[in-house]
Amino acid sequence: MRSVDTITGTAVPLLQANIDTDQILPKQFLRTISRDGLADALFFDWRFDNEGTENPDFILNQPAYRNASILIGGANFACGSSREHAVWALLDFGISCVIAPSFAEIFAGNAANNGLLLITLAQAQVEALAAEAAGPDAQFRIDLPPQVILTPSQREVAFDFNQDAKRKLIAGLDAIGETLVHKAAIASFEARQDRAMPWLSHSSIKDTAE
Amino acid sequence: MVGRTLYDKILDRHAIVSEGDRSLLYVDFHLIHEVTTPQAFEGLSIAGRSVRRPDRTLAVADHNVPTIGQAKGIEAIARSDSRIQLQTLQSNVAAAGIPFFGLNDPRNGVVHVVGPEQGFTQPGMVIVCGDSHTSTHGAFGALAFGIGTSEVEHVLATQTIWQARSRNMRIVFEGTPQPWLEAKDMALAMIGQIGTNGATGCVIEYAGEAIRALTMEGRMTLCNMSIEAGARAGMVAPDEVTFSYLRNRPGAPSEELREQAELYWRDYYTDEDAVFDEEIVIDISSAAPAVTWGTSPQDVVPVDGKVPSPTQSDDPAAAASIRQSLEYMGLTAGTKITDIAIERVFIGSCTNGRIEDLRQAAAVANGRHVAPGVRAMVVPGSGQVRLQAEAEGLDKVLLEAGFEWREPGCSMCLAMNDDRLEPFERCASTSNRNFQGRQGRDGRTHLMNPAMAAAAAVTGRITDIRELDL
Repeated sequence: MRSVDTITGTAVPLLQANIDTDQILPKQFLRTISRDGLADALFFDWRFDNEGTENPDFILNQPAYRNASILIGGANFACGSSREHAVWALLDFGISCVIAPSFAEIFAGNAANNGLLLITLAQAQVEALAAEAAGPDAQFRIDLPPQVILTPSQREVAFDFNQDAKRKLIAGLDAIGETLVHKAAIASFEARQDRAMPWLSHSSIKDTAE
Repeated sequence: MVGRTLYDKILDRHAIVSEGDRSLLYVDFHLIHEVTTPQAFEGLSIAGRSVRRPDRTLAVADHNVPTIGQAKGIEAIARSDSRIQLQTLQSNVAAAGIPFFGLNDPRNGVVHVVGPEQGFTQPGMVIVCGDSHTSTHGAFGALAFGIGTSEVEHVLATQTIWQARSRNMRIVFEGTPQPWLEAKDMALAMIGQIGTNGATGCVIEYAGEAIRALTMEGRMTLCNMSIEAGARAGMVAPDEVTFSYLRNRPGAPSEELREQAELYWRDYYTDEDAVFDEEIVIDISSAAPAVTWGTSPQDVVPVDGKVPSPTQSDDPAAAASIRQSLEYMGLTAGTKITDIAIERVFIGSCTNGRIEDLRQAAAVANGRHVAPGVRAMVVPGSGQVRLQAEAEGLDKVLLEAGFEWREPGCSMCLAMNDDRLEPFERCASTSNRNFQGRQGRDGRTHLMNPAMAAAAAVTGRITDIRELDL
């Protein structure tokens, strides 16, 4: 997994609440069997009309925000469908960090598993960051190790972050490899369960599916 | 010892190890489908890992399949990318030895309809699937939640998943519902009250007399929509309704083990002295069927209500959100809900594609006809539901009334296949999400219960089912 340490760049504000994953990555792009190549699919229905022509009014199509590496979102960001494609599309577009008042839980898990940094701040703090985001020279710097955002006006904004999650993001660890450290404990749990609940194996799916 | 909730008990019994605020949970049952798994199998293959418990995994084809011509199998799929996606699932599960209900298997269908009806979903289990509506299975007193593709890969490889402990929320439904007030209306009323992030960070346990009175189908409908309130999962403690539903289903415990299993399942309830982090009481005795007017499931009004106005809200952000929704939906504030004309109807999905839902739709359709200019589609949740409905003659009633009788799949709930709205078409839908473009770009979705959707089909407008002469 990609590791996360310092992120610099411009930020695009999309402050409306409840932006769902159907908006971030519309369903027609779920037919892919790959994680890659979803940059153009990001916010497709907002960025493009039915003929594929750019909507000049949408903020991501404006010159100042085209190269944004940070997205400043509203409450309950990325609610709805579990599609991890939403995270892949954000990363593929070049967004490495989303800052919002709150995130939907499945999305937060997906982000962590792909090295997309999510920062939760109070609504007023999020709005203050968005107010500083205008213009191509509005450079932000986010440092995960000390948990600080440096704004274009050189203001320092501290954020909370789970220490265990931080360690994993910085190291870019393979989650499965980490879990397999507990292989023996998993096996003994499994053996205990198979003994105590014989109907689980007795009624195993294989028996009925064949 | 302090009392524990149903959720606490499942968590405690499945925790293999704990680190900080999170635990590694054993996964008893893992459902997979074609859309959220190709990248997971690819990841396994790159890392040289195998599937740990193919016998605790079940694959179906549902999200991206046509709802006609399924007897042809994969040949029924016209688009090459969609065909490749299903072929990828087929070859992945064949290589791993995972049981698979393919397109022409009568047991196939929407993943959250198939698991329960085959008896694989059982009380006290931890169940995951790469789909947010996995919360459906909580109706059996299981801890069931949606996961992303990386987590699917993790579960395939380890049969476990890391979870932080959620907060305990109890929602008590009190009162006896009026006729035609369905589980769907209870779900919409709840989301309207607490909002789409009202249960974020929580696992909801549904309780109260109105929950005990629900069938398993109704409980599934309610738990299904827990995710629309932001909850990690929703659940109902198992009882005789649950146990009797499970008897004689293929995946359920055999006759000789049934008593032992039921004895074990009876342990899964919330202790009387357990304390919930949050508790909400909703009285449904005077509630009217619910309809959504906007682009979020929290945009709910009773069917006898009106489209709200942005001026109703003092909060400028909320007012702006109402304005935006009205614009997208092409609605004027103050319009009576029952004055809204519709062109399309969708009856189906993991929320409302079960036999009871189709019986209700057929009861409304019986002796009536779909209104001129309306296209109404009924998509059974599974092959078993379809067969059952046909055995009861529901297909004939619906076909005679001018409804389309389709084959199972997610269909127009997420509109990945050809079943979708044209721009600006307005749809009465029994699905779970009225997000912008969810059922087709620029399409306009009104969520409601199956009888209400059928009523809209025969009148051509959103209709108060209680005023139809039934």
